[in-house]
Amino acid sequence: MRYRLGVDVGGTFTDVLLLEETTGTTFRAKTPSTPADQSVGVLNGIDKVCSKAGIEPSEIDQVLHGTTVATNAILQGRGARVGLVTTDGFRQVLQIARSYVPGGLAGWIIWPKPEPLAALENTVEVVGRLAADGSEVTALDENQARGQLRRLAGAGIEALTISLINSYANDAHEKKIAEWAADELPGIPISISSQVLPEMREYERTLTTVANSYVQPEVSRYVRNLDNSLQDRGIKAPLSILRSDGGLVQSAKASEAPVSLLLSGPAGGVTGAVWFAEQAGFSDFLTFDMGGTSTDVALVLGGQPRIGRETKVGDLAVRATSVDVRTVGAGGGSIAHVPELTRALRVGPQSAGADPGPAAYGKGGTDPTVTDANVVLGYLPASLAGGEVDLDADASRTAVATIAEAIGLAGPEEAASGIVDIVNENMFGALRLVSVQQGYDPRDFALVSFGGAGPLHANALGRLTGSWPVIVPPSPGVLCAYGDATTCLRDEAARTMVRAFSDIDDGELRTALAELAEAASERLSAEGVPADQQTATYQVDLRYQGQGFEIPVDLDASALDSGELLSTLGSAFDAEHQRLFSFLLKNEREVINLRVTVSGPRPEVAFQPLEDGGDDPSAALITTNDVWMDGQYAKAGIYDRSKLLAGNVVTGPAVITEMDSTTLVLSGHTATVHRSACLLINPVGTDDTHRTTRLQES
Amino acid sequence: MATIIETSKTPFTTVPVDPITLDIIENALRNARAEMDEVLFRTALSPGIREQHDEFPLIADPSGKMVVGQFGLSVPDFLDNFSGTVGEGDILLTSDPYACGAAISHANDWLIVLPIFHSGRVVGWSSMFGHMADVGGKTPSSMPTDAHTIFEEGVIIPPFKLYSAGELNETALDIILNQVRKPDWNRADLNGLVAACTTASRRIVELCDRFGVDVYLSALDALLDRNYQAMKVLLAMLFVDGETIEFSDFICDDGCGYGPYELTIELTRHGEKIHLDFSKAAPQAVGPINYFINENLVRMFFGIYVITVADPQILWNDGFYPLIDVTIPEDSFWKPRYPAALNGRNHGIGRVFDLFGGLLGKNNPEILNAAGFSSSPHFMYSGHYDGGARDGEWFQLYSIGFGGIPGRPMGDGPDGHSLWPSFVNIPCEYLESYYPLRIERWETVTDTGGAGLHRGGNGVDVAYYFEEPGTIAIHDDRWLTYPWGVNGGKPGARGKKWIVRASGEVEVLASKIHEVPVGRGDVLHFVTWGGGGWGDPLTREPELVGLEVRRGLVSTEGARIGYGIVCDADGVVDSSASEAARSEMSAARGEIAVFDKGPSIEKILERCEAETGLPAPRPPVNVRKAVRA
Repeated sequence: MRYRLGVDVGGTFTDVLLLEETTGTTFRAKTPSTPADQSVGVLNGIDKVCSKAGIEPSEIDQVLHGTTVATNAILQGRGARVGLVTTDGFRQVLQIARSYVPGGLAGWIIWPKPEPLAALENTVEVVGRLAADGSEVTALDENQARGQLRRLAGAGIEALTISLINSYANDAHEKKIAEWAADELPGIPISISSQVLPEMREYERTLTTVANSYVQPEVSRYVRNLDNSLQDRGIKAPLSILRSDGGLVQSAKASEAPVSLLLSGPAGGVTGAVWFAEQAGFSDFLTFDMGGTSTDVALVLGGQPRIGRETKVGDLAVRATSVDVRTVGAGGGSIAHVPELTRALRVGPQSAGADPGPAAYGKGGTDPTVTDANVVLGYLPASLAGGEVDLDADASRTAVATIAEAIGLAGPEEAASGIVDIVNENMFGALRLVSVQQGYDPRDFALVSFGGAGPLHANALGRLTGSWPVIVPPSPGVLCAYGDATTCLRDEAARTMVRAFSDIDDGELRTALAELAEAASERLSAEGVPADQQTATYQVDLRYQGQGFEIPVDLDASALDSGELLSTLGSAFDAEHQRLFSFLLKNEREVINLRVTVSGPRPEVAFQPLEDGGDDPSAALITTNDVWMDGQYAKAGIYDRSKLLAGNVVTGPAVITEMDSTTLVLSGHTATVHRSACLLINPVGTDDTHRTTRLQES
Repeated sequence: MATIIETSKTPFTTVPVDPITLDIIENALRNARAEMDEVLFRTALSPGIREQHDEFPLIADPSGKMVVGQFGLSVPDFLDNFSGTVGEGDILLTSDPYACGAAISHANDWLIVLPIFHSGRVVGWSSMFGHMADVGGKTPSSMPTDAHTIFEEGVIIPPFKLYSAGELNETALDIILNQVRKPDWNRADLNGLVAACTTASRRIVELCDRFGVDVYLSALDALLDRNYQAMKVLLAMLFVDGETIEFSDFICDDGCGYGPYELTIELTRHGEKIHLDFSKAAPQAVGPINYFINENLVRMFFGIYVITVADPQILWNDGFYPLIDVTIPEDSFWKPRYPAALNGRNHGIGRVFDLFGGLLGKNNPEILNAAGFSSSPHFMYSGHYDGGARDGEWFQLYSIGFGGIPGRPMGDGPDGHSLWPSFVNIPCEYLESYYPLRIERWETVTDTGGAGLHRGGNGVDVAYYFEEPGTIAIHDDRWLTYPWGVNGGKPGARGKKWIVRASGEVEVLASKIHEVPVGRGDVLHFVTWGGGGWGDPLTREPELVGLEVRRGLVSTEGARIGYGIVCDADGVVDSSASEAARSEMSAARGEIAVFDKGPSIEKILERCEAETGLPAPRPPVNVRKAVRA
């Protein structure tokens, strides 16, 4: 027996999933999260799941963990006091930033400028300058530099960032200062920009490195505590943390580069979606993760989530590799309102949050939210099968009625369906960002929906995007924990190398890529993954000479030695440019960044199929309720998901309930239960053909 | 007047649109517009568009009214001036401000307009213009600061079909690109503009497919009406019926030695409408700073200020235009006579916003911001590499600088940021790897933001060290007059430019100048303006003043003089000394005026040479009698 334990800590609940690799047997536990010290909730969950499985914690072989500790440190401003060392003349690099003010022509009037993560009074300049080609213009002055570092020591900083101009081309000055800093500031963790992000553009590199310093003490503390508590509980298994790009990293290493963990949470959901979609036979799909305050979407192609280079946390755009997740401020708690001036119906971005929450929660909230609209329409039954909260339908009706009145609609039902339509449209906008706007036709993709509120809106989103089937994995709430438990260890190495195609040859490029691969591979070996089990993937950022944006182009390992490395790259780039922008230029192409990702083997986890039950779902029918759909009331079957069997076909309108989520099937659609326990929603009459083609393709 | 060729004669039918569909279409239009930006930024080659986002998109209804966008109604003026047919697959291009009713205002802006067809009928227009880094003419970047006529400003493209029924007119394009210094930039940027407009067109067709053409077009009418109704309420709220208010400001000089140019706008509310009167305008300038403006653009600029302050979420459009009458006199700074030079109109655009800001806030101090927009200062550097691996190769840089954001009702103005939407700076490391220069210093200048309860943002000093001989050019303003403070806030500092030659000699440069030779080792200091302060500086939190001293944003002397705060270099505040200083200052200053524009213009001119190192400009003259400076 080999046990993998996936743990995902959310804002409200901590989900734990115990997976036995050889049989695919799973055990799940849900415990309240403990924000003061997340490890308490984690251990409670582990105890609970182990007792369910009847095993001792010491029998667990691996602990795999997605965490929002790094993200929360930024969002809640609880990070370290960071000292920053810059090149002489660039002390205000974070103050000036890119000079960008968001919003339209008068946006500056209403923009609240966020405070830099490293305060200006804790920023010092050192003499010494490198040119763009890495050559030295002015040497460092040790006395001057040490003097500045001592100033920071006096200011009581808790972490240090060193980020000098042109250090992406030569890290010598940064390394030297790091040595002196180790003297002058003993015990203070140091982040060096040429290590964290060896790429051109001083603001982005400095910001990313400062973000690394900012979250580092908090992340190390958390990881250390958790590691210790696990050992105290007799768990000898190594702890791995999920990175923003969906790979795992061992806990000790995670604390060195915590900036790569900022999207650990959403990445868990996407990797979990990959696991279930594969069981159901789909490898190209959009993911749609709707929670209480926001919705995350991403695109998965050939079983691989699209990887982006920018991670957005609150106002900050940090350059770190991550699953390309786009977020919109639309969730179950989003508040509907009608500005007096325009009498338009707006939903969000304000949210009722968890407290007081939607009016339906009966915790004193009176603002009409998306959840209230779903209650009014009958999509969220007031008392759920196995549900933990009873919903106050009258409170929802009263709240939503205020909207009907303000716009002049006939009744709460009309207002409620308006609210749902608008929030769906907002999320449709996000799905378009990752599909249409990247040159992908969403109709070529399925749609995997999860998160507490996702499955309620998924069918409607499928109708807007034309992405079929809509796939609702079982227990959509613990999907992240599944993702944690089913992905692999990963490491990455990258560097900037700005070179026109005419200034570089295959050999030089191959050598540079090989060096990066070796560096990443060595680190992964040190984490215990033997070299012969590692897979390297290569990526080169390219653009036409003079363009300001690079297009990442993936490279097959086989292309490296083909003798046609540059021409392969060139045509792949042209194809991407054509797909994205529908034209090509005659300008010379240039290489900008090189990146190599090395992954360990994916765990081979068996799967337990759901028992076959024929197409009749009536054994799972709980009752029949009135729901408002297409402008009138209709009868909808309410089903208990835990009683549905493989092959069952639920015809809409219908509501399928389970402990942590509710799935809505619209009229004119059916939900078929797959052996993987996923629900596959399709428009009536198209489901079979659609599914067959997809299964053949995959 | 253009003739539109439609293959279907079926008339559109106005149908009722439910409020939810309306909001969904509003949202979809907003997304389509954002996508236009995205497509262009990612494909453009010239640093001006690519790195700095100097471009403006719009989507219009069939009659050409803007339904989403931000630089106004170019389409009807454009079509009025185009005497050909326009059919499906046609894409029109122009760069001639005089041939499109000032839909664009200088020849560097290339404007693309295309009709959006659905089932043989025009259902709208998409349009976008972008600033080309070079359009030929006598100076690199095509913006000679001493130009008297538009003929000196490069290639002037009359409105024509770049594409006819989907077919590119390659001959015409080749002739145009033969006039410019960096044809590959123009070609890529133009491709990007076209790609952005066709993307928008696709999105509108999708919307028509999804909702039906009649619903889509009826929704546009409703969205236009939404702006009309909202503006009606706002105008009544902000302005007193029958009362005339006016506000004046200056452009410091015209690049040819004349100035300052005083610009005044009068506003009168008549019932539900207001009248904006530009009649008290400075004469047409001798130099290229004339801002040829179109009445609809005035309406739009004014509207955006009013609406942003009241409801930032609205998708604003042309719907409110009937509520605003505009008078602009011929042969003036705002409507110069052909073929007046226009290239340096960026100062005028900035000043329009300062003028509207002052005008709007005059009776509504709670929504009043300080100044100012100053300009969007330009810096150019070009030449040939002299020796080394790139010997003889041409380099050409055009970049935009940023200054202090004014103090605002909501708080301090950010230091060294952009007042223009979506503009960003070009990173130092990017500049250093693509151009023969090094940046020795890039920081905001202590004490340049006007003191106030909410401090104005500091201006910026960028020190460029030149590694190759070449020439530089500068376009900036507010070197003579001050970015004003409001409600007790003090004016911000003025901008200045100087070169420290490799020999050590220091040379002060005018704010509008071109073809200045530079050599290896020369260092240019490009210092921009600070934002004006907002509110009484004597009420600013003493600890905050101290903190800003510690941060180096304010000096101890600045704290003392501007805020009445006595503190040491570490920002530790001496409370009793500060209290004493504040009460003394408070007693001495008397009544607080709404605006503080600094000394009178007479005083400013009198002290000009002593304070700025530059001679005072001569008073503006009748342009048709002026001799070339």
